[in-house]
Amino acid sequence: MKVPVAPPRRLVEVEIDGRSVRVPEGSTILQACRAEGIETPTICYAENLTPVNVCRVCVVEVEGARALVPACSRTVEPGMKVRTDTERVRRSRRLVLEFLASSVDLSLAPDLHRWQEVYEAHPERFGALMEPAAEGERDGREPGRHVPVEPGTAETVAQPVKIDNDLYVRDYARCVLCYRCVEACGDDAQGTYAIAVAGRGFDARISTEFAVPLPESACVYCGNCIGVCPTGALMFKTEHDLRREGRWDEARQTVTTTVCPYCGVGCNLELHVQDGEIVKVTSPADHDVTSGHLCIKGRFGFTFTRA
Amino acid sequence: MSASPSDVERAAVDAVLGPPGDGDGRVVRGGREVRGRRHLLLPALRALQARAGWVSPGGLAYVSERLGVPPAEAYGVASFYAMLSTRPRPPAVLHLCEDLACRLAGAEELAAELERLHGPEGEDRDGRTWLRSPCLGLCERAPAALAVHAGERPREVACAPLGQTELAAFLAGGDVDGGVGPAPISAPQTADPEGWASLVLLRRVGRVDPGSLDDYRAHGGYEALRTAVALGPQGVIRELKDAKLLGRGGAAFPTGLKWELVAQQPVRPHYVVANADESEPGTFKDRVLMEHDPFALIEALTIAGFTAGAERGYVYLRGEYPHAFEALERAVAAARARGFLGPDVMGAGFAFDIEIRRGAGAYIAGEETALFNSIEGRRAEPRNKPPFPATHGLFGKPTVINNVETLVNVLEVLRVGGPAYAEVGTAESTGTRLFCVSGDVGRPGVYEVPCGTHLAELLTLAGGVRGGGRPKAVLLGGAAGAFVGPEDLELPLSFESAREAGVTLGSGVVMVFGEGADLVDAVLRIAAFFRDESCGQCVPCRVGTVRQEEALRRLASGRTLGTREDELALLADVAQVMRDASICGLGQTAANAVWSAISRLGVFG
Amino acid sequence: MFGAGGGTSSYEEVEHTDLIVLWGSNARETHPIFFHHVLRGIRNGARLIVVDPRRTSSAAWADLWLGIDVGSDIALANAVGREIIVNGLHNETFIERATTGFEAYRDSVMEWTLERAERVTGVPAAAIRELAHAYARADRAILCWTLGITEHHNAVDNVLALINLGLLCGHVGRYGSGLNPLRGQNNVQGGGDMGAIPNKLPGFQDIERDAEARARFEAAWGVPIRPRYGWNITQMFEAMERGELTALYVIGENPAVSEADAGRIKRLLASRETLIVQDIFMTKTAEMAHVVLPAAVAAVESEGTVTNSERRVQRVRKALDPPGNARDDIWIIAQLAKRLGFDWGEVTPRSAWDELRSLSPMHRGMTYERLEELGGIQWPCPSEDHPGTKFLHARLWEEDPARRGPAAPFSVTPFEPPVDELTEEFPLRLTTGRRLDSYNTGVQTSRYRSPLRLGGAIEVSPEDAERLGLREGEVVRVSSRRGSVRAPVHIDRGLRPGLVFMTLHHPEEVETNLLTIEATDPKSGTAEFKAAAVRIEKLPAGGAAAGGS
Ligand SMILES: Cc1cc2nc3c(=O)[nH]c(=O)nc-3n(C[C@H](O)[C@H](O)[C@H](O)COP(=O)(O)O)c2cc1C
Ligand code: SF4
Ligand code: SF4
Ligand code: SF4
Ligand code: FES
Ligand code: FES
Repeated sequence: MKVPVAPPRRLVEVEIDGRSVRVPEGSTILQACRAEGIETPTICYAENLTPVNVCRVCVVEVEGARALVPACSRTVEPGMKVRTDTERVRRSRRLVLEFLASSVDLSLAPDLHRWQEVYEAHPERFGALMEPAAEGERDGREPGRHVPVEPGTAETVAQPVKIDNDLYVRDYARCVLCYRCVEACGDDAQGTYAIAVAGRGFDARISTEFAVPLPESACVYCGNCIGVCPTGALMFKTEHDLRREGRWDEARQTVTTTVCPYCGVGCNLELHVQDGEIVKVTSPADHDVTSGHLCIKGRFGFTFTRA
Repeated sequence: MSASPSDVERAAVDAVLGPPGDGDGRVVRGGREVRGRRHLLLPALRALQARAGWVSPGGLAYVSERLGVPPAEAYGVASFYAMLSTRPRPPAVLHLCEDLACRLAGAEELAAELERLHGPEGEDRDGRTWLRSPCLGLCERAPAALAVHAGERPREVACAPLGQTELAAFLAGGDVDGGVGPAPISAPQTADPEGWASLVLLRRVGRVDPGSLDDYRAHGGYEALRTAVALGPQGVIRELKDAKLLGRGGAAFPTGLKWELVAQQPVRPHYVVANADESEPGTFKDRVLMEHDPFALIEALTIAGFTAGAERGYVYLRGEYPHAFEALERAVAAARARGFLGPDVMGAGFAFDIEIRRGAGAYIAGEETALFNSIEGRRAEPRNKPPFPATHGLFGKPTVINNVETLVNVLEVLRVGGPAYAEVGTAESTGTRLFCVSGDVGRPGVYEVPCGTHLAELLTLAGGVRGGGRPKAVLLGGAAGAFVGPEDLELPLSFESAREAGVTLGSGVVMVFGEGADLVDAVLRIAAFFRDESCGQCVPCRVGTVRQEEALRRLASGRTLGTREDELALLADVAQVMRDASICGLGQTAANAVWSAISRLGVFG
Repeated sequence: MFGAGGGTSSYEEVEHTDLIVLWGSNARETHPIFFHHVLRGIRNGARLIVVDPRRTSSAAWADLWLGIDVGSDIALANAVGREIIVNGLHNETFIERATTGFEAYRDSVMEWTLERAERVTGVPAAAIRELAHAYARADRAILCWTLGITEHHNAVDNVLALINLGLLCGHVGRYGSGLNPLRGQNNVQGGGDMGAIPNKLPGFQDIERDAEARARFEAAWGVPIRPRYGWNITQMFEAMERGELTALYVIGENPAVSEADAGRIKRLLASRETLIVQDIFMTKTAEMAHVVLPAAVAAVESEGTVTNSERRVQRVRKALDPPGNARDDIWIIAQLAKRLGFDWGEVTPRSAWDELRSLSPMHRGMTYERLEELGGIQWPCPSEDHPGTKFLHARLWEEDPARRGPAAPFSVTPFEPPVDELTEEFPLRLTTGRRLDSYNTGVQTSRYRSPLRLGGAIEVSPEDAERLGLREGEVVRVSSRRGSVRAPVHIDRGLRPGLVFMTLHHPEEVETNLLTIEATDPKSGTAEFKAAAVRIEKLPAGGAAAGGS
């Protein structure tokens, strides 16, 4: 077969925490760390998306670099000396986690709870949390101006959940602004660009044009944004409703991998079933056909099995 | 979203993008060709703003359609810039500077006056309103404002100093003509024949007609380009290296090396960019150069293009600089008409042309990679580095980007030669520098002095502290810089001495705080500035600037969480994560001035 | 193609090619995740050219869109072929080595000058030329088509006309170059693989010509196999009309709605002596049946395999128990066999699959374990140490003639216009297609609440709407030579004057197939859904709701 063989990748030798490690050229520091079994927290990084390196929780110290370096996107160079557990690294990771936990509802992001424990984060030290913003208030904030909160309270992104269609909800009080949904909706998968980051600074937010409801936007309900959201900010309506009724129970769920019953592309589906109902659908991020992404039919078109 | 544009909005956009194609219903050429025009997004949005006073849903939808930019992304861009409004805004807006130098000159009193006479910020009365603004780059004439009139004949006028007359005229519904237009008063040395003789960068300021190419040439203009052509690109790079010219934009990177790196890249095309975003509070030197000697920038950028192998150059000009824009635009047209720009520059056999791109109110857009994104029609969010601009710059291509002052220095390097240039200044900081002296001084303005001049000398040159005596503090380098106290006045103004003293000269800001100045107020303003100007991309800066301002407000109000020491420890933590883990220089320096005020001046002590 | 019927390339190759041509395919909506691979290709620098009567959402990504007249694809393809040949851009080495019939093909396309093609297709000559040159000059090029090519009375010739272009430029059999039909349904490819087509045994082994294969199956099944091709669906209905076909067993199809000229089809179905329907829903066809066998939902309620458009065989698994008395298709068929006197013992999806592997060489290496481990395998996969095949026909590039195998034939593909002619009485060209959120006749997709749902509608160009005085949402009468329906108007800027569009998704609202023409391709049995002649009439004020009439 004339399958073009990629030129063989050379190995690069780097030092991580004093240990010498050989990894293929072009690997990221994160990949090198993972290959070495060094646990590294990540939030904005996802294996099926281009790294945007915005959350900064994965930072490491690289000898010779003035600032810390994001492990998820920086590629290794021969002779690079990396330290992952210095006081500086720990402090930055702790602060990033404190910043997020003090401004965003992370209750549906179990990974981040664990990391907060590991890094001894104390988000409460920034003061009492601000009252949630009124509906739409954050969507209307203008760049370059802000009203400071009362001394003693900490500003947050708390706001009401957006429910504007029957398929999924957007609860931006849980949004850490990791850009993953924007990437999945845009360049990295769907190419629909229904949502983007709007506004600036702390008032930056994921938004449609003029914050119109999804049915008035370009959204095609592929749910690929839901598939990559790390905090539960984007959620199947089915899951949202079950949670609200207190009936969501992952312990009672099974996940079955199958192939989408619609068009001929052959997308892998993971059907999450609770009490004989399909409650949500995902796709494996490492599958060649989908890379974890689906269309509206595969994502939401399963309810017919129980109509 | 299916809003439709009004006829005037359509016309305003078409004026930027050209008339829409006919499309015969049988063939459409799209894809790359359409997406390749995305860089026209910001100009088109600016045109809507200028015509309609805001970017309406219909207007945005039309721009989106014309450029193939998805509406959500176009909205993401429109909502990034403070001078664009995505909500209806009255056509006449007075942008009142509330930043450091203007506060010292009574900006808050003006704001109170406006509130009393007009009503709260943003309120529409008879199609006019006022809004607070960060530093407008008019600090030498504080307090300052920028009057913007949207409509059929859009106008933008700098009003500084903003006196009662101008204010009253604006509120009465009249046109504000600014009274004091661009004037050499901004560079007091040029008015004094003795001082003038020693000037290099300011030599033509106030002496040459900024609208006349011939006058420019009569004052030595385009001699440097001729020299460059004679030397060839390698020769120019050698002179720059011999001159040891360091960038004046803040990072002090060697200019010769930067040009050489780009010239060597095999990937084409190359670009050169003049960073004229000048938004660091307290900075106005580039504005003075561009308003009074625009051809100098054009000539210097042409030399950069010739040397780095670029056929296209951009000037990214701060959105709030209407007069510099007019001067540059006129100059570019004149240079083009005379063959100093175009397919065969000066008959020397190389092509080069310049486009001026205007920002729209975002300090972060001055960060070089954010600036590229802004030109490309994206949100002005900085990119992670590496890769660096020399390999992946504008449109992903090798790019030289320099500060305006850096570029103008190149003319002098070529005029006297690298080694002679290096004889001025100190061993590591060669040549002269422009300092933007403002605040409580006798004669605020742009001053040119050899690198290494002592701070005290500079202050003397500028007429000393207003009211006499010693300053309470001097802010060096702007909001991203640091405060020094009266004991530091002997500091030599060179890169190496600043580094040693743990401060930075940044963009040349020297802002003087006299005895009566309220430093707590200044510190709170700086914190608010960073909170407003953070692009919001990375967590350390997005949340850190908020937590920093909150802690400072608690300290200022006396309502601390725990002890004062607890708050200072918290601030130190916040400062460190911003410095260590932010993506770009904004977050990395957002705690500098604040922290220097605490540690050096004992504010909150 | 030249043997086994399947797309020659992998999705992955679309990401690494230089030119992607979507011909009669709105993959953006009909194959959304395939289109993700196209988008990655575009991002990696590939150009995209779309040939489609409508300016679709796929065309929105195209560097060049050619708005062809419905049913004139062969004219366009032949003109492209001619343009390539007369400019000497064809791949002489490949043609010489690996193909037959070039001279006849060349002679046949010579009449298709750009000017003539422009007159017939409506596409300006310059654009045809651009397509020809782009395709021929690309180092790698992938050509894909869907129902826009196959739902015509001359479907097979349409496909052959495109294959000719691939052969002409050698754009087949190499990584990043290929010819790909995108399968409209989840297991169309798998059905073909399994022999659910009139002329093949499982594994694309010819029932008439491959005696050796026949013998293998006879030995395994213990029954003789008649070496005769069966009927395709159109031929079946013709046989019904002739009275030769009296009993019909329909599994998972809804011909009462999905076939063209629905009035006639319903009449024929209703008059069968025996009509058995096995389906997961009580479809329109099931409502007419004498016996309905409730089936489990493949891919959700049962186990097995499916094959996708890149020939990848993948496992489907049971996530839910089927409701009530519904049963697995395999179980139902085995029980039926038992009642008819054939006891196959316990048939499981896996035992059926293993039997296939023993009889179909191209499936032999695909054990359930390997399918699991590798996330699916692309056929052919002849042995258990074979990784599967990324792209077909690499053999055509072999230097050794023995390994090169049989040459690929050019075909002469004469142009015939659509059967349903446009006249003054029926001046509008109706074409049909699918929308992103819906699927076929909508029995499955109409049950979830898609915010995108447009419902049954007649889509018209802004120009026609203006000319006929139609408003968005206004209900009008649409009539063809066969029938007439009422439908609300939807104005679509992607349509040009003279072209109107409907889907088949909402038969309960608008029975589109009352309008379509039954003229079918004798070779494939596909009806000409894509080209009917219609007229639109305004209803008197206060006209009734949408529906059939
Ligand atoms: C937040 C931020 C804002 C900046 N703004 C400017 C600016 O307005 N003008 C400028 O020349 N450089 C600015 N810079 C520095 C540029 O990133 C870059 O270093 C400079 O343009 C390089 O030019 P030079 O080598 O001539 O100094 C800014 C940097 C940061 C981090
Ligand atoms: S559902 Fe799909 S199209 Fe809609 S916002 Fe999410 S990713 Fe974008
Ligand atoms: S909604 Fe979810 S995926 Fe999107 S930015 Fe917020 S946290 Fe990230
Ligand atoms: S440091 Fe601040 S301005 Fe810079 S990228 Fe991060 S959020 Fe944006
Ligand atoms: S995971 Fe690396 S920056 Fe977010
Ligand atoms: S113009 Fe007001 S501070 Fe600079």
